[in-house]
Amino acid sequence: MEGLNTVGLVEVLTLDGLDDVVRVLRDQGRKVIGPIVRDGVITHDEFDSVSELPHGWTEDQDGGRYRLVPTGTDEVFGFSSPSTSWKRYLYPERTLLIRARRDNGTVEVVQPQPDAPAVAFFGIRSCDLVALGILDRVFLDREATDPTYAARRSDVFIVAAACNRPGKTCFCASMDTGPTPRSGFDLSVRELHGDGRHEFLVEAGSERGTELLATIASRRATTADLDTAQALHGRAAASMGRRMDPQDPPLAALDPDHPRWDDVANRCLACGNCTMVCPTCFCNATEDSTNLTGTEAERWRVWDSCFSIDFSHLHGGSVRSTVKSRYRQWLLHKLVTWHDQFDVSGCVGCGRCITWCPVGIDLTAEITALATPQQSAGRKGVPS
Amino acid sequence: MTPRMYEVVARRDDLPDTVTLTLAPVDEQCPTPAIGQFNMLWAFGIGEAPISLAGFENGHLIHTIRRVGAVTNSLAASTTGDQIGVRGPYGTGWDLTRAAGRDVLVVAGGLGLAPVRPIITELFANRSSYGRAVLLVGARTPDALLYRDELEQWRGRLDIEVEVTVDSATPSWRGDVGVVTRLVERAPIDPENTTAFVCGPEVMMRFAAVSVVDRGVPAAEVMLSLERNMHCAIGHCGHCQLGPEFICKDGPVVPWPRVKPLLRVAER
Repeated sequence: MEGLNTVGLVEVLTLDGLDDVVRVLRDQGRKVIGPIVRDGVITHDEFDSVSELPHGWTEDQDGGRYRLVPTGTDEVFGFSSPSTSWKRYLYPERTLLIRARRDNGTVEVVQPQPDAPAVAFFGIRSCDLVALGILDRVFLDREATDPTYAARRSDVFIVAAACNRPGKTCFCASMDTGPTPRSGFDLSVRELHGDGRHEFLVEAGSERGTELLATIASRRATTADLDTAQALHGRAAASMGRRMDPQDPPLAALDPDHPRWDDVANRCLACGNCTMVCPTCFCNATEDSTNLTGTEAERWRVWDSCFSIDFSHLHGGSVRSTVKSRYRQWLLHKLVTWHDQFDVSGCVGCGRCITWCPVGIDLTAEITALATPQQSAGRKGVPS
Repeated sequence: MTPRMYEVVARRDDLPDTVTLTLAPVDEQCPTPAIGQFNMLWAFGIGEAPISLAGFENGHLIHTIRRVGAVTNSLAASTTGDQIGVRGPYGTGWDLTRAAGRDVLVVAGGLGLAPVRPIITELFANRSSYGRAVLLVGARTPDALLYRDELEQWRGRLDIEVEVTVDSATPSWRGDVGVVTRLVERAPIDPENTTAFVCGPEVMMRFAAVSVVDRGVPAAEVMLSLERNMHCAIGHCGHCQLGPEFICKDGPVVPWPRVKPLLRVAER
């Protein structure tokens, strides 16, 4: 099994054993958050027992398309990339930054304590787990640590789940971010299903993961179990619907004046869906408000998108007033300048931006087109 | 992300849309700024705006603010005794150490005179540490000249060359007319031994940087102070990005060669 580079315990659990893991985490006082079916999609929310997980459901995902489809089996983890990422549990859509009161011209400012409930992430995919590590580089920066993110991140118990059925928009294998979790988890689960069998190979990736696993009724994994898991990994890695090679084309050489940017701008609605569903997009805006008498004020941090025209607003107008420039900012940031800023790609290959784009823009296809050199217009009338 | 409160202890109306506020800490003060850095100024219940420091004197922050939106309108409406929130200082400053012993060329356009004002203060404070000092200032009209009293005072000094040009003159104007790059062409400097500091509208800075380099000043010795939308000032909000640069922390002061290829691309 890929990922067995830790010295943790490897055990085989039944479905009841997996439910015991949930029970122990809940007994620790944690909210256990995992994939659930709601409103016609698989999303994440708190749940009490594994019976609430998406048994028998998979997803049909493609550019601008998402449908729940029955697998005809009782697989628990038969889906790929749920509709939402996990970032909102560490980096909420709205965060109160300060509260202030003004009395006779004197202003008093209070910074609220971060709201950081004890949680467990149950069933997080490898791509999304890598994404958390990427967000860590943004919000746990030594010179500027975000208190809310830090408080929430520090104690999350992570139960990862390897993918057996990647979707048509998945490309984690080519991004080297999946389909099997390698690190950053307390426990990692691979569902072993078929031929009348329904078990879960569980690997501990931390001391507390090992301790928890040791309390669950299970059997020691055999070589045959590990071989099965390895075969499932190989099959999943080979069945990705998309691919993107981060080295070929060399993304740093992408031409900012390439005519393809005009082409994609004609399709892009600048709706910002891709940035909302992206597990690593972190941009935000700060919003102020007051009560009606102007004596109390609040500042909130809210998710923002580089696709909005206000995003780059300066007096006199926006820096990026065209959709072309905004799409280019998003793609070049995600795939190119992210490396300069954080020594890592901003893309983990989850494919959500393809699925949830209303017009099905596919960044893997755009990259391929952008890598084909074409004569570009350049910028006229200014010194270069 | 929590502002410290400052009180407006002096207010000066520079131009019809521009004021200079002197701020004193109400309680705890922000760390001492380096010249060229900026603060996030907070108008209660309205919002924050990044404003460069036009001076730092006896623990007082000096900020020159132009009314361009809701936040700056509110800040600029402040009067003596009002309180303003301050976060900062943030960003890179003007690196005057690299200019030690060299000629200093300062090029400012419009409101860009505010962020370079601390350079002039430093030059006068340690005048013997630097070679020749040249300040080139451009404005749209004589009436739009910022810090006119100080400019006239500096122009009367014998240890700095001050040249001022306007895009369109009035009958009483006795200075130059034209773009600031024309002043660069005849600035009395030893180009190879010059460090240049440029601040103004972005298009002006691009042309100015090119003309300074054309004069023979090494490109790496040309510093620009850039402006972008900023919400957090600590590299978390993403608004200020210019290619790989977070202008809030990798800037606002950047060496010209680093941003030249980025500024070449429209709407980058």
